[in-house]
Amino acid sequence: MNIGVCISHVPDTASKIKLSEDHSGIDYTGVPFIINPYDEFAMEEALKTKEKSGGTTYALSLGKDTVKESLRKALATGIDEAVHIKTELELDSFSVAKNLAEEIKALNLELLFLGKQSVDFDSGSVGQMLSELLGMNCITNCVSLEINGTEIKAEREIEGGREVVVTALPAIITAQKGLNEPRYASLKGIMAAKKKTIAEKEAVFTDSRINVLKYLSPQGKSSGKILGSDAGGVKELVRLLKEEAKVL
Amino acid sequence: MSTETVIAFIEQRENEIKKASLEALSVCVKLADKSNKKSIAVLVGGTFDSYDKISATGVRKIIHVTSPELNLYSASAYAEIFANICKEETATLVFFANTLLGKDLAPRISVRLEAGIGMDCVDLTSEGQEFIATRPIFAGKALQQFQVLTKIKIFSLRPNVFPVVTPGSSPDLETVRKDSANNNLAIKVSELKKASGKMDVSEADIIVSGGRGMKGPEHFPLIETLADTLGAAVGASRAVVDAGWRPHGEQVGQTGKTVSPTLYFACGISGAIQHLAGMSSSKFIVAINKDKDAPIFSVADYGIVGDLFEILPLLTEEIKRVKS
Ligand SMILES: Cc1cc2nc3c(=O)[nH]c(=O)nc-3n(C[C@H](O)[C@H](O)[C@H](O)COP(=O)(O)OP(=O)(O)OC[C@H]3O[C@@H](n4cnc5c(N)ncnc54)[C@H](O)[C@@H]3O)c2cc1C
Ligand SMILES: Nc1ncnc2c1ncn2[C@@H]1O[C@H](COP(=O)(O)O)[C@@H](O)[C@H]1O
Repeated sequence: MNIGVCISHVPDTASKIKLSEDHSGIDYTGVPFIINPYDEFAMEEALKTKEKSGGTTYALSLGKDTVKESLRKALATGIDEAVHIKTELELDSFSVAKNLAEEIKALNLELLFLGKQSVDFDSGSVGQMLSELLGMNCITNCVSLEINGTEIKAEREIEGGREVVVTALPAIITAQKGLNEPRYASLKGIMAAKKKTIAEKEAVFTDSRINVLKYLSPQGKSSGKILGSDAGGVKELVRLLKEEAKVL
Repeated sequence: MSTETVIAFIEQRENEIKKASLEALSVCVKLADKSNKKSIAVLVGGTFDSYDKISATGVRKIIHVTSPELNLYSASAYAEIFANICKEETATLVFFANTLLGKDLAPRISVRLEAGIGMDCVDLTSEGQEFIATRPIFAGKALQQFQVLTKIKIFSLRPNVFPVVTPGSSPDLETVRKDSANNNLAIKVSELKKASGKMDVSEADIIVSGGRGMKGPEHFPLIETLADTLGAAVGASRAVVDAGWRPHGEQVGQTGKTVSPTLYFACGISGAIQHLAGMSSSKFIVAINKDKDAPIFSVADYGIVGDLFEILPLLTEEIKRVKS
């Protein structure tokens, strides 16, 4: 079976997000990038599935040349092949999905793993869009997965519990934290990955259905009130919550 | 009146209508009325005797698609049914609540309707046919203002941000109930596993979260008692989830749940950027931490610098006293 994992290359979650001076974009100067944390779970599940059922694993990433860093890391962690879909543009989820879909068809992928969302633009849409574009069954936000032959049983996290979902291959699974414990790249893997080539394709769909007007910084809070750490302070806190904030 | 309509998807789980759906419906009704279009609420699954909660928003038409097969979510069936209704009713504007179901379904509908979509919107303003929407990105470290360029536009609205408006039932309310056969059940929920009666952080109005300052899982009853007193959900930092003190579902933050409750208590949580990203849009934040320089105080409305093992029991007592 050909198994794919879609990898989004995102700013490290510890980084501060700075806007460009005219607020038309984000200033990424000096910001370190990582594999989207949820895509780490997706990648681990792809590797585990291959170990169990055989096949070839492919990592796909769309973006600037810098996404190769994440693809290289995927190869070092054990992914067999990597494809970089090149674009300098900031595309919306739909165009990302359209471009990925072309490559997924070309590679004949039967099972795809994605993250539940990319922690940059937080849309959580690409998996479901791919499912519609490719006619593959998609289960989102998965915290457990069993594949038996062509049958799939997964649990997805929902508010206050889980849904047990059943479907069949070909399928798309989007990963939530808890699905597995991602492995680290081994030294041997890192060495081997340096020698591998990353295939390159040009993005063909570049129309966006969204027009970004500007970016804003969240409104900061005026500094809060610090209260005493004794019974008096606690009484005052509760009074303020009741009378000032009116939330009790 | 134009033949074009504005539609809101209404989510039910075990016959309970989600409050977040009524929030989305309230926006739907407002914008429909403003542009002289018909507002429609579409409900899939469930067995309802009355649609009081839905009709109270002043919506003009309710379409309820029923079948025992549809009581639990089926992404394939819901997508097919809802997209078809949107087409039949010539919807130009479609709303979802950005719940786990809404997040799953809305992007599928956008492909079917060839519609641009904005997920997790926290603000929406309209000028004639133009809409300007705002959504948090980087887990709230920045905001994006955007327009949807397609004729049909879809917005999924963050829960607990837009108010439920209930002017009362519309005098010309039309209700259509139809049975649905031959549903596409290619993807189907076979079972619902509820976490033992606990409230989820993503739906709670008040959250009490504990971090590494709690020292160990055996001390979390201090958090739970305060939460019970307030009718609140229990949340956690990633540090305590990774340590196995608390379940994954309780993690608040950039790689946990993004929450915006009315009131958020951070107890023994330092306020790392990834934690702040998930909770700083809460309406009121209370921080309890023994380190006066902890970053959590930079987002707190009220703070107590001190030992949580002394403060939490006092706080629980005082809230009980005030409430009784
Ligand atoms: C990729 C990535 C994603 C992440 N995502 C998340 C996320 O989603 N959510 C998240 O929370 N974190 C996340 N983190 C982790 C984050 O960086 C912090 O490590 C974590 O939030 C720290 O948890 P904490 O505040 O409980 O612990 P600490 O930082 O150790 O803070 C403990 C606090 O308790 C206080 N304290 C100790 N004893 C007492 C006492 N007796 N009384 C009062 N106060 C006391 C201390 O002063 C301290 O401020 C992520 C990290 C990475 C790298
Ligand atoms: N540029 C990209 N290249 C490859 N995969 C992506 C890209 N953007 C998003 N994805 C995948 O889609 C998932 C959901 O992303 P999103 O819908 O953008 O939140 C991510 O976790 C990735 O698996």
